[in-house]
Amino acid sequence: MTTEDNRARDKYKKRFAFIGFAFLLVFFSAFLVGRYSVSLEGLFKSLPYLLPFYGREIAGTESTVVILIRLPRILAAGLIGAALSTAGLSYQGMFRNPMVSPDILGASTGAGFGAALSILLGFGYFGITLTAFAFGLSAVLLACLVSRFSRLNGTLALILGGIMISSLFSAGTSFIKLIADTQDQLPAITYWLMGSLTSIRQTDLPFIAIPIGIGLLPLFFLRWRINLLTVGEDEAKSMGIHTGRLRLVVIICATLVTAASVAVSGMIGWVGLVIPHFSRMIFGYDYRRLIPASILMGAIFLIVVDNIARTVLTSEIPLGILTSFVGAPVFIYLILTGGEDREH
Amino acid sequence: MSIKIENLSVSYGNHDVLKDVSFSALEGDCVAVLGPNGVGKSTLFRCILGFLKAQSGEVFFGDKKMECLSRAETARHVAYIPQFAEPVFNYTVLDTVLMGVTNRLPMLQGPGPEHTKKAMEILEQLGIAHLSHRGTGKISGGERQLALLARALIQDARVLVMDEPTANLDYGNRSRVMERIGELGKQGYTVIFSTHEPNQAFHYANKVIALKNGEILTGGKPKEVLTGKVLSELYGIGVHVGTVSAGENEYLVSLPFEETGKTKERIGQL
Repeated sequence: MTTEDNRARDKYKKRFAFIGFAFLLVFFSAFLVGRYSVSLEGLFKSLPYLLPFYGREIAGTESTVVILIRLPRILAAGLIGAALSTAGLSYQGMFRNPMVSPDILGASTGAGFGAALSILLGFGYFGITLTAFAFGLSAVLLACLVSRFSRLNGTLALILGGIMISSLFSAGTSFIKLIADTQDQLPAITYWLMGSLTSIRQTDLPFIAIPIGIGLLPLFFLRWRINLLTVGEDEAKSMGIHTGRLRLVVIICATLVTAASVAVSGMIGWVGLVIPHFSRMIFGYDYRRLIPASILMGAIFLIVVDNIARTVLTSEIPLGILTSFVGAPVFIYLILTGGEDREH
Repeated sequence: MSIKIENLSVSYGNHDVLKDVSFSALEGDCVAVLGPNGVGKSTLFRCILGFLKAQSGEVFFGDKKMECLSRAETARHVAYIPQFAEPVFNYTVLDTVLMGVTNRLPMLQGPGPEHTKKAMEILEQLGIAHLSHRGTGKISGGERQLALLARALIQDARVLVMDEPTANLDYGNRSRVMERIGELGKQGYTVIFSTHEPNQAFHYANKVIALKNGEILTGGKPKEVLTGKVLSELYGIGVHVGTVSAGENEYLVSLPFEETGKTKERIGQL
C-alpha cells in the first residue's frame, strides 16, 4: 500500500466522519424545528420512548409531538432522500450519463398518474399510496417491455421507452386534472403532485421503510460491480460481468425505491440529480464510497429541505417547489464551475 | 495460452460479415489483423471475446471450447482493450485497473489491499504508477490506453484482444503503447490486435491476418505476406513496401501511392 493510498483512505474516512456527524446533527436538530417548539430537554426526555422496553404510553405534549409527529416525518424525509439520491446515482452509472434522474424510466410520472386517479375515484390516503406505488412500478415495467420488443440498441430503447411511457402517463394525469372537480379534487391532485410529507404518520413508515430497505440493500452490496456498468457494455462483459442480470437488479431496486418514495411523498424532483453530483465532488467516482455517501447526503438534504418547508411560511411549502429552488441554482453553479470534473 | 479459431461464420440477415474464418495463434504470438473498415475485424473480435455467438464455427483457448466456459471463466482466458474513448466518469487509474479483478471476486465483494498491491506492481511495470491516483479523464490518451492495458493484465488472462488500441492517439503515444504491446508478446501473452497501419504489423507483430470481405485474404509472417500487391488489393490503393535504414537496423515500411504520384516522389527522396 503506497503513501498516496493511505492518504486517499484517510481523506475519505475524514469526509465520511464529517457527513456522518452532519447527519446526526441534522437528524436530531430536526426534532427541535417546527411550529410547536420542542426544547432540547423535551427531546432527551422523549427519546427513551423509542426503546422497545420503555413504557408504551407517551406522557406530555412535547414527547407526543416528538414521537408521533416529528419522528415519522423526519424518518420519512431521511429515507426518501436516501432512496431518491441512490436511485439517481445507480441509474446514472447504469446509463453512463450523469444527467439521468430517478424518473428516467417513468416511475414518478406513473406514480403521479396513479395518485391523481385514486384521488379522482375518492380513495383514502392508504389507497392513494398503494395505487401510486402500483402505477409507478407498472410504468417502468411498460418501458422495459417496449425496450424488450424494440429493434433498437437495448439502452437507447429503454430510455426512449421511459420517455414515451412518462409522456403517456403525464398526459393521463393532465386529463384527470381536466375532468376533476375543481373544488376538492383538482387542488388535492395539484398539491399531491408538488410533493409533501405533511400527512406522514407512524403507520405509514413500514410502507416507506420496507420497499426502500429491500431496494437499497442489493444496491449497497453490489456497489463495486455497479462501477463496471459505467465503463460500457462490452468492457464490462470482457471483465466477466453478466451485464444483463446486473442491469435488471439495478432497474428493479432503483424503481422500487423511487416508486415507494413518490407514492408516499408525491413528486420531489432534483434530489436524485443534485445529490449524486455532490457525492461525486466529495467522494470521487467509486460506487463503494458513492452509494453510502449518497444515502447519507440524500437523507441530510431532504431532512433540511423538509425543515424549511414546515417553518418558513405559516402554511407548508410543498417539497417539490423547494427542491427545485435549491436544485436548479446548485446545478447552474455546477455547470459554471465544472463541478465534479475536478481532481479529488 | 494458444487460441484457435475454426471456420467462424457470422451473418447479419442476408449480409455475411465473416465467412469461414480460421486461424490460430500460439503463446507469445503477436497477431495483427488488417483490413479496411467494415471488413469484419470487430465482429471477429466480438466472437473471440464471447460477446457474439457465431452462426457456425468454434473458438478454442488451449483445448477448451469457449462455448463451454462461463462469462467469468472466459474473462480468465481472454481480456479486452478497446479503442481510445473519453471516459464518461473520471475514475482514477487505480480504480480502473482494479475493475479487472472483478471476475475473481465473490459477488458482493470489492477488491482488497492485495489487489491494490498487484495493481500498483503492474502500473509500475508499465511505467505509469505515478498516475495511479489521477483521473483517467485527466491523463493523455496514451496513458489511458496503458491503464486499460494494466486492467487487462490484472485480469490474469493470457490472451489479449485489442481493437485498434492506438486509434485516435498521437504519434508519440501510438509508439509508446505499441512498444508495450510488443513486449507483452515476448512475455508469453498471446496478443491479437487490429490496426489500419501496416507499419505496426511490420514492427510489432510476428503474424498477420489480412481480412477482405469477411474472408482471410492471406495470413502468415508480416514480411512474407504483407507485400505491396496484397496491401493494394486490401485497401484499393497503390502501396509500396520497402526497406528503410535507421542506425544499424533496417525496417520494412509501407507507403501508399497517390494518383498524382507525389508519394512516389517522396519515396525516391528517402
